[in-house]
Amino acid sequence: MAQFRLPANSRIRKGKEYKAEGARNVKRFTVYRWNPDDGENPRMDTYEVDLDNCGPMVLDALIKIKNEIDPTLTFRRSCREGVCGSCAMNIDGTNTLACTKSIDDIKGDVKITPLPHMEVVKDLVPDMTRFYAQYASIKPWMQTETPTPSHGERLQSREDRAKLDGLYECILCACCSTSCPSYWWNGDRYLGPAILLQAYRWLVDSRDENTGERLDNLEDPFRLYRCHTIMNCTNACPKHLNPAKAIAEIKKMMVERQG
Amino acid sequence: MSMRTPLGRVRGLGSARNGTHHWWLQRVTAVALVPLTVWFVASIVGLVGADYETVTLWVAQPLVAVLLILFLLTGFYHLKLGLQVVVEDYVHHEGAKVATQMLITFGCFLVGALSIFAVLKIAFTS
Repeated sequence: MAQFRLPANSRIRKGKEYKAEGARNVKRFTVYRWNPDDGENPRMDTYEVDLDNCGPMVLDALIKIKNEIDPTLTFRRSCREGVCGSCAMNIDGTNTLACTKSIDDIKGDVKITPLPHMEVVKDLVPDMTRFYAQYASIKPWMQTETPTPSHGERLQSREDRAKLDGLYECILCACCSTSCPSYWWNGDRYLGPAILLQAYRWLVDSRDENTGERLDNLEDPFRLYRCHTIMNCTNACPKHLNPAKAIAEIKKMMVERQG
Repeated sequence: MSMRTPLGRVRGLGSARNGTHHWWLQRVTAVALVPLTVWFVASIVGLVGADYETVTLWVAQPLVAVLLILFLLTGFYHLKLGLQVVVEDYVHHEGAKVATQMLITFGCFLVGALSIFAVLKIAFTS
């Protein structure tokens, strides 16, 4: 059965408080901490950050905390401009990218936890192994039998190219998949919104010649049909894409080829 | 602990190559239930306070009996399809899953058959 309470060793305790002495414009950041090596339960540490001396985004505050207050705080980040998807985490109750989430948009204390329902490697770093394996399972590359044309490129009309808009922009940050209750309960068999959006990106690519086989591989009560149009995915996407619509389009293709 | 690779685990037993039929039937029965439910509720509201004789005479009309049977068939089939999804979502133990799915199928067919029989009995005897 589904588990509705965290196991004893995962229950979150209150952690340490770090005061910002002498600061006037203080914002409190409450951050999930867990270290696999110390055998302790996870805890929420609170850091006071002087906003007069900090960049505007949540990631700026996290970097400031790591640099100036607590170097043990662990999180992923790279591009700091919403392109790489590394700093996806749950901020103020919503999955989003720390680098594009403005501190000003959050009222009160800023609560930060890792992406929900993922195994935690350390602090804000979730284990993405299965997510990436699911991505690999849909074969996210162009599959063709026709040899490459002698003039070089595989051509695509402007209209066909336009069908990839709203799909190719996905950065695989996993904000959508980890906001989906169906992915929480059945993530081992359900591919989740991010991977299904990517699957649709190859299904609608006019240059791909393996559409039927791709649909065969998705046609499964769990892989595709665990989507119950909850729409959390579309709500969460920091790139303002619409995974729920992509999934609906896949379901339409499934019905269309039946008769 | 499994030494299987992440990709091997994700691929698992492969695609079941079905699910579309179930999904589509759920939509079709839902669409059919919209007019049927409106008709059923409106009729029952119209019969509030009526005596036994009036109600059985109403049920016994050919069109009413047929619509009632269609409503029950569609309703219980839709119920079976929906409950099946709920169990798939939340029951992860293989044995418990098979048992609950059977229970749901038997339950829906039993109650459905009983209610349809009741309509037929009234239609043919009153």
